[in-house]
Amino acid sequence: MTERLNGRQDPPAASSAGGTSTGPAETPRTRKRLGPSPAVAIAFLLPAALLLGIWVVYPIVYSFVRSLFGAQNFSEFVGLGNYISIFTDPGTLTTIRNNLIWVIVAPIIVTTLGLIFAVLTERIKWATAFKLIVFMPMAVSLMAAGVIFRLVYEQSPDKGLANAVLTTVADTFSSSQGYPAARPREGDQSPVAAQDGGVVTKQPVQAGQPVLIPIVGVKPEVMPSNAQTAKTPAGEGLSGVVWFDFTQGGGGRNGAVDGAEKGLPGMTVEAVQNGQVAATATTAEDGSFRFEGLAPGSYTVRLPKSNFEASYGGLQWLGPTLITPAIIGAFVWVWAGFAMVLLAAGLAAIPRDALEAARIDGATEWQVFRRITVPLLSPVLLVVFVTMIINTLKVFDLVFIIAPASVQPQANVVALEMWRVSFGGGNNQGLGSALAIFLLVLVLPFMIMNIRRFRRGES
Amino acid sequence: MRKGRAAAILAGLAVAVAACGNAPTTTEPTASGSASASGGGAKPLQGVKLEVAAKWTGAEQKNFEQVLKAFTEKTGAEVTYASTGEDTGAYLGPRIQGKNPPDVAILPQPGLVQQYVEQNALKPLTPEVVKEVDTNYTPYWKELGSVDGKVYGVLVKAAHKSLVWYRSQAFEDAGVQPPTNWDELVKAAQTVADSGTPPFSFCGASGWTLTDLFENVYLSTAGPENYDKLSKHEIPWTDPTVGAALEKIAQIAGKADYLVDGTSGTMQTDFPTCVTKVYGTDKAAMVIEADFVAVEAVNAGAKVGEEAKYFPFPKAGDTTPVVLGGDVAVAMKDSPGAMALVQFLASKEGGEVWAKLPGYLSPNKNVSPDNYPDELTKQLGQTIVSAGDAVRYDMSDLAPSAFGATDGKGEWKVLQDFLRNPSDVKGTQEALEAEAKKAWK
Repeated sequence: MTERLNGRQDPPAASSAGGTSTGPAETPRTRKRLGPSPAVAIAFLLPAALLLGIWVVYPIVYSFVRSLFGAQNFSEFVGLGNYISIFTDPGTLTTIRNNLIWVIVAPIIVTTLGLIFAVLTERIKWATAFKLIVFMPMAVSLMAAGVIFRLVYEQSPDKGLANAVLTTVADTFSSSQGYPAARPREGDQSPVAAQDGGVVTKQPVQAGQPVLIPIVGVKPEVMPSNAQTAKTPAGEGLSGVVWFDFTQGGGGRNGAVDGAEKGLPGMTVEAVQNGQVAATATTAEDGSFRFEGLAPGSYTVRLPKSNFEASYGGLQWLGPTLITPAIIGAFVWVWAGFAMVLLAAGLAAIPRDALEAARIDGATEWQVFRRITVPLLSPVLLVVFVTMIINTLKVFDLVFIIAPASVQPQANVVALEMWRVSFGGGNNQGLGSALAIFLLVLVLPFMIMNIRRFRRGES
Repeated sequence: MRKGRAAAILAGLAVAVAACGNAPTTTEPTASGSASASGGGAKPLQGVKLEVAAKWTGAEQKNFEQVLKAFTEKTGAEVTYASTGEDTGAYLGPRIQGKNPPDVAILPQPGLVQQYVEQNALKPLTPEVVKEVDTNYTPYWKELGSVDGKVYGVLVKAAHKSLVWYRSQAFEDAGVQPPTNWDELVKAAQTVADSGTPPFSFCGASGWTLTDLFENVYLSTAGPENYDKLSKHEIPWTDPTVGAALEKIAQIAGKADYLVDGTSGTMQTDFPTCVTKVYGTDKAAMVIEADFVAVEAVNAGAKVGEEAKYFPFPKAGDTTPVVLGGDVAVAMKDSPGAMALVQFLASKEGGEVWAKLPGYLSPNKNVSPDNYPDELTKQLGQTIVSAGDAVRYDMSDLAPSAFGATDGKGEWKVLQDFLRNPSDVKGTQEALEAEAKKAWK
């Protein structure tokens, strides 16, 4: 590879020399006369070399030297200790794993989406408007995009767009009318106990004796407005009451239907015998229920789990498991437009006759896309892809802003870890420098690849 | 450049020599003068110019400037105030390097005292000032401002971190009274949960709130001596006392019914949002945090003292916990003026001037709580005075910042993991110890 790089360094100089002179430029004498004198060349190169040296080479060398020392400034030589701790610390390993996920997933999605958009916009009427909209996120800074997506991924459907969409879709298919988070009154005196998410009576019950099912922890917002003061039913058959066993302001007796305590309407109640549901009833507005036409005998009364199920609350986007995919989503939103614009420009440059020839020869649209468009587009595709890889390797701001502090360890990436250990509280610039060098080593191959591509493009 | 630096060093030396030369002759009369001559009219520091740097802005800055005015009236010294912004270290660092520090600085963390002493940036307080500290502060505070037996700093402003804020309506609905000990707290939490309101709103995304909670429980169950040892990492985090404290926390954090929005919701809630859940959206009943919750409660539309009330952090063991955060005044120049100002700030007189202004709490035991302008601060001041020698400084702020003050690392991270899984006390202790070892090595 170096051979090729070296090989390609010369031709431009030679070709420029050859370009200016019409005659053959073979003898060293003529070349010397036509090319700039070394002094002039150095004079022109010096400013750029100096700036590069100060701003690029010196920091890299300094970072590398710094990475061989500990947290205290150059007083404690640790050799490769910082690099060893990068690969042994579980927290840092998580960041490397996350970076790997990023590098594999994000560029592919961005490039694919960009390609789809680019190909589709070729065929629709309002292509410019569409491109403008898809490109719009590029006008937003990554930090602002992070703030936007922090809100989008908010857990509560009232605030978070993502969960609002999910819950709306879920609610159209099923609706819950239960009492989420409500539970039986606990304790030895309580006649009921929790079982499998539902509530059952501890003792078998018989007709004639009203069944008391005290429930606590009913949230004010799920209490139905038509609920009436609880009443213990009397009369024949197996009957009872399900009620909110809590007196506002305290003072009520546990397990007893006191003055103002309200019944819980709409609860499904089952009478169970030998594991079989013998009868089902629903509580009235005062919480009372009665099983009609039930054979005498002893039963267990059960409030099935469905009474207590919360309505679907959406996904935990900002939880430890989904955080990285969620942030990658935000990244795709920002960069898909960029990929699309580059690829659309590449598409426009593809010779139409090649496509038409293929179509005339009877190729299907898919074959045209697969065999003609993609191969002709591959240089641009590669540029987009490599640019995205470099972008994902250095991703920082989106992770920093979108992940709540409590899931930062799970969402962490190398660039963010580098900042955190050096300045964000860690104060260990030795380890930070080691991470920076590690990141440099990761980015380097893609950089070289890109440079080689540009060179090839020039020649 | 080298010449410039030499000149600066020379100038610095000259100042130091001048200061040393003056010290025996002028400092003592100044000190005694400022004590006795306040009524006389002769102003001992007439014409002296001082600069003091602190992080306060807005109302806090105005109040502090009034205290400085009182100092000027008493001594005649002219004091200018410089605001350091949020990051005091970033402001003072270059000024120390440039050999142009302010006369007096007020540092937001005691950890900075140690750091600056190592850089030779602080001057030890003169015996007069130390005497003032001895009369007004418990030995613990003196030690907090000391390095290697020399006193450099004095805590001048405190934040009270041992409070539990509650929504009075939620407690009334549930018919419970503010608890006075841990078992009552757990029982009250159960009753509030039964009434349909989740009792606690934890700020799981803000790790420092969890360290505050732990510190209160630990100070209460393990006592001040163990607290000091753990602060310095002289006992390991695997010590049984730590486990006992974590188990207490698990009693309130371990039940899904107790947490508003469940565990996952809690972990995504940062500091001001958890206050909003109590006072803004009225979803929860209690939030455990410092006196500055009042500001957020007012922002959320609650009136402090009516809707927003608090009770002292309940005793979980033998000690009534009082954990303070606060700001430490240090002298960066060894001039009589700088020393006189630190002395004034440490004195009963200076503390009382400050105490009459809103938003201030004094760690000075001789500043009577009667000076505070509102009932709330009076009660807070009372708890500090009555706790006496058992008052402690926020442990996480005494630790290396990699352990006690970094998002996603150290104590913050481990306690967040603990809140996710409160049954794993042992694993939490081991993780804490592993992190502490890394930070204290």
